[in-house]
Amino acid sequence: MAGKPKLYYFNGRGKMESIRWLLAAAGVEFEEEFLETREQYEKLLQDGSLLFQQVPMVEIDGMKMVQTRAILNYIAAKYNLYGKDLKERALIDMYVGGTDDLMGFILMFPFLSAEDKEKQHAFIVQKATSRYFPAYEKVLKDHGHDFLVGNNFSWADVHLLEAILMVEEKKSDVLSGFPQLQAFKARISSIPTIKKFLEPGSQRKPVPDDKYVETVRRVLCMYYDVKAN
Amino acid sequence: MAAKPKLHYVSERGRMEPIRWLLAAAGIEFDECFMKTKDDLLKLRKDGFLLFQQVPMVEIDGMKMVQTRAILNYIAAKYNLYGKDLKERALIDMYVEGLLDLNELIMTSDYQPADKKEQQLATALDKATNRYFPVFEKVLKDHGQDFLVGNRFSRADVQLLEVLLMAEECKPDILAQFPLLQSFKARISNIPTIKKFLQPGSQRKSPPRQEDVPKIIKIFY
Repeated sequence: MAGKPKLYYFNGRGKMESIRWLLAAAGVEFEEEFLETREQYEKLLQDGSLLFQQVPMVEIDGMKMVQTRAILNYIAAKYNLYGKDLKERALIDMYVGGTDDLMGFILMFPFLSAEDKEKQHAFIVQKATSRYFPAYEKVLKDHGHDFLVGNNFSWADVHLLEAILMVEEKKSDVLSGFPQLQAFKARISSIPTIKKFLEPGSQRKPVPDDKYVETVRRVLCMYYDVKAN
Repeated sequence: MAAKPKLHYVSERGRMEPIRWLLAAAGIEFDECFMKTKDDLLKLRKDGFLLFQQVPMVEIDGMKMVQTRAILNYIAAKYNLYGKDLKERALIDMYVEGLLDLNELIMTSDYQPADKKEQQLATALDKATNRYFPVFEKVLKDHGQDFLVGNRFSRADVQLLEVLLMAEECKPDILAQFPLLQSFKARISNIPTIKKFLQPGSQRKSPPRQEDVPKIIKIFY
């Protein structure tokens, strides 16, 4: 019997959060080991567990997988959340690429100076409302289906919901111009596995705080300034 | 009869180059439409051709595909360069993602302001030597096979060759400590489709000329 996947990362969102979402959406239970000290990280390095010396790392099916996209691709394919053929996969990959870029702007946010945070906040909202949300709003409007691709629940839906909620944390009324996305959000949030993940006590991580930033900087010895977009 | 794929980008490497490499490796002929001014990009946007208002965009099999990874994934799967099963795909994805990170570091250094460029390139080459190349040297050493994954030519081999050559352009002796990468480079370069792509007159692009950089940046920003 295969063990549960085991996630190695900080006790925070970062690049691992999309992986948590996808596993949860697929109804797959997983364990987590949180990096708190430099020593833990160095041990992982010395053990040769981190192919490119980086986390996220996920132990799954006998592999120590690294690289967020590789891990997500594997989980999506394994649990049938990657479309039914090449063309559906192409669409899913395109949509996920967009939400990945959008969430990338938010990912660096906690590491910015106070002044840059203000600029980046505006940047995130602007890109969300003028570039990304309109694209997904149109996809849903054009086909009128419940899900983004192939009239079937897929990774693209999970990723978009994650992105929507993250942007809403920055500006709570950000979906006001997007009725399709509002309905989408309600619909996908109601899917039992997702609903469970959204409840308190799940493995979903909260908005990053100073403690999280401090932990990452300490463990990775990452004391340089992160640039805003 | 399917039309040739058509690539929309500037006449530079940028984020389109891995796509050119992969199509060429698969022996697929493609056309290119080069953006020369900001207006060219604005027109593509206005025509509704760019899902997220961005290039690269590739017209292929009736789709207007955007997002570099989506395009690469599609081409790799279509032309059987993506491994034979999920586990091989997982390995290929891990290797390719690492290589794309390195590619990005090297490629974007050309577009940094003068005071940052040298620093970023130094970081990129340091990572190449200490983080990335040792991994691939070890992979080849451990299995002793000609190709990175599954004893068969795949997109991982194409991506590695591309990055090896990019790094060598910046530092010609960068492979000195990596004998297996040296023989890998020679071996993969000899594959007929790749050999052809490496010859002058192919659609392979060169690093940007310094004097062109401001103009290129203006197209995008």
